Amino acid sequence: MGQFILRRVLYSLVTLFILSATIFLIVRFTGDPVALMAEAGARPEDLDRIRQQWGLDRSWPVQYVTFMRNAFKGELGKSFNYRLPVTELYFQRLPNSLTLGLAATLISLLIGVPAGIISAVKVNTRWDTLAKGVALLGLSIPGFWLGLVLILVFSVWLRWLPTSGAGDWRHVVMPAVALGWYFAASMLRLTRSSMLEVLGSEYIKLARLKGLPDVVVIAMHAFKNALIPVFTLAGVNLVVMVNAAVIIEVIFAWPGIGRLLYEGIFQRDFPLVQGVVIMAGFMIVGINLVVDILYAFIDPRIRLAR
Amino acid sequence: MATVATHPPLAPAQGRLRAIVKTAREAPLIAVVILGGLMLVAIFADLIAPYDPTLPVPGANVFDPPFWMEGGRATTPLGTDFQSRDILSRLIYGARVSLIVGLMGTLVAGTIGTAMGILSGYVGGWVDQIIMRVTDAWLALPAIVFAIFLAAMVGPSMWNIVAILGGVYWTRYARVIRGEVLTLREREFVKLAEIAGASKLRVIKRHILPNVMNTATVLASLTVGVVIIAEASLSFLGVGVPPPQPAWGLMLSEARPTLMAGQWWLTVFPGVCILLIVLATQLFGDWLRVRLDPQTRNL
Repeated sequence: MGQFILRRVLYSLVTLFILSATIFLIVRFTGDPVALMAEAGARPEDLDRIRQQWGLDRSWPVQYVTFMRNAFKGELGKSFNYRLPVTELYFQRLPNSLTLGLAATLISLLIGVPAGIISAVKVNTRWDTLAKGVALLGLSIPGFWLGLVLILVFSVWLRWLPTSGAGDWRHVVMPAVALGWYFAASMLRLTRSSMLEVLGSEYIKLARLKGLPDVVVIAMHAFKNALIPVFTLAGVNLVVMVNAAVIIEVIFAWPGIGRLLYEGIFQRDFPLVQGVVIMAGFMIVGINLVVDILYAFIDPRIRLAR
Repeated sequence: MATVATHPPLAPAQGRLRAIVKTAREAPLIAVVILGGLMLVAIFADLIAPYDPTLPVPGANVFDPPFWMEGGRATTPLGTDFQSRDILSRLIYGARVSLIVGLMGTLVAGTIGTAMGILSGYVGGWVDQIIMRVTDAWLALPAIVFAIFLAAMVGPSMWNIVAILGGVYWTRYARVIRGEVLTLREREFVKLAEIAGASKLRVIKRHILPNVMNTATVLASLTVGVVIIAEASLSFLGVGVPPPQPAWGLMLSEARPTLMAGQWWLTVFPGVCILLIVLATQLFGDWLRVRLDPQTRNL
C-alpha cells in the first residue's frame, strides 16, 4: 500500500512538473509582455527597467526555477494588471467558483441520478429511451448557449431572475443549470450502467429470491452500491467545474476564477494566467490522486495491479 | 455450422459494395440527413447563400426580425444582425467553418493521438513513460481551459483553432489506443510476425494499425461534436474564428449585447445549428460504436 501511494504521488509530481513547464514555456514563447505593459512610445531604457523589475531579463531556466521555488512557498507571482499577488486574487474569487460548482453539482445529481435509476430499473422501456434522449441532449446542447437561452426566457421574457452578478440564490440558479446540464448527462449514463451492473449481481438476485419487494431491493440493496462510482464522479466533476466554468462565468458576469482567467488573458496578464491555469492543474491532479488512493484502500485489486 | 451455399459466391468487389449498401441502410436516418444536409450546405455555400455573409444587405435595416414577425421581410427570411447582414447567409457559411474545424481538428487530434498511442503501447519502455506522463499532464487541465489558454496565446484564426483543438484533444486517443495496443502486442499473430522477422515498422503498419482503426474511427465520430462545441466556445469568447467571418459561436457572441432587448433570433438560430450538428454526430457515433465494436453490439 505504501509503495502504491508513493508511486502515485511521484507520478502526480511528474505530471505537475511537465504541466507547469509547458505552461511556462508557452506563455514566454508567444509574445513580449513588456511591450504591452509599457505605455506606447516608451524608451528602450524604460522597457529594460520593467524587464528587470519583473525578473524578465534573466534566462528562461532561471525564471522557471525561481517560479517553481516560489510556487512551492505558495506564491505564484504578482499580477501585472492588479499589482497584487496572484494567490490573493485567486483566493478572493475561489469561494464564488466553489458556490457555483457546488450548485451545478447538485443540479447534475438531481437530474442525473433519478433519471439514471429509472432508466436502469425500467431498462428498454419508454422511460429508458426518454432518459437516453435527455443524456444525448445533455451532450449536444452547448452549456453556454443554454445559459443565453435561459437569460432570454427567465430574465428578458419572464423577468424572474437577474441576468448577472453574484448575490443571493437567484443569481446562482441559471449559471448552475447551464454549467450542470452537461455533467447531468454523464451522471445519468454512469448511474444507469452502474445500476444495471449491480442489479444483475448475485446478491440482488438473492434479495429478490427472498421475496423482498422491488422497492426495497432497489432502494436498500442496489442503490447504495451503485452510487459509489456516481458520487466519486460528482466529486471529480466538482473540481473540474470550479476550474472550467470560464464561459458560463463570463456570460453571467460571475466573479469566479474562470472570469479571472478570462480577464487575465485579455490583459495579457501572464503571471495571472499562468497562476490560474497551474492552480487548475494542481487541483485536478490532487483530486485524481485522492480518488486513486481511496479506491486502492477500498479495492485491493487496484493497488496490487501494476 | 454446415450450411450449404445456395447461391454462387460473390466477387469480392461486389460483396464489398453489397456490404456498403447494407450498412448504409442501417445507418441512423436522422443523423445522416442532418450531417449530409449540412455538408452539402457547407460545400455549396457560395451557390445557396442569398447574400455575402460579411457585408450588409442593401436596403435592409439592422435587427430585422424573421419573416413571420412584424417588420420581417421575405428577402432576409431569418432576419438581420447588428450590421444588417443576412442571418441565413451567415448560418450557411457558418456551417462551413464548423465542419472544417470539427473534421480537421478531429483529424489532427486523431492522427497525433493514434500515432502516440501506438508508439507508447508497442515500443514501451521510456517512450511509453514519456508519452503517458505528457498525456497525464495534458489531461490534468480541463480541455476547454487549455484550449482558451492556447488560443489566447497564439492569436485568432481558423487554422490556429484547428491546430489548437487537435493539440488539446489527442490525449484521449493516445490513452485508449495504447490500451488496445498493449493487448494486441501479446496476440499470436503479432508475435508470429515478429518471429518471422518483420520489422517494428512493418508490424505497426500491417498488424497493429489496421486493428486499432475501428476504435480510432469510433473515437473520432464522438470527438467531432466536442471539437465543434469547443470551436464555438472559443469564437464566443473572442479567441476563436475572428470577425467578420461567419462562425456560429461568433454570431452568438455578437448577439449578446442585444439579448436583453429581446432580439432572440440572433441567439436562437446559431445555437440550434450547433445543437443539430452535434446531436447528429453523437447519434452517428453511437451507431458506429455499436456497429464497429462487436462487444457492445451484443449487449
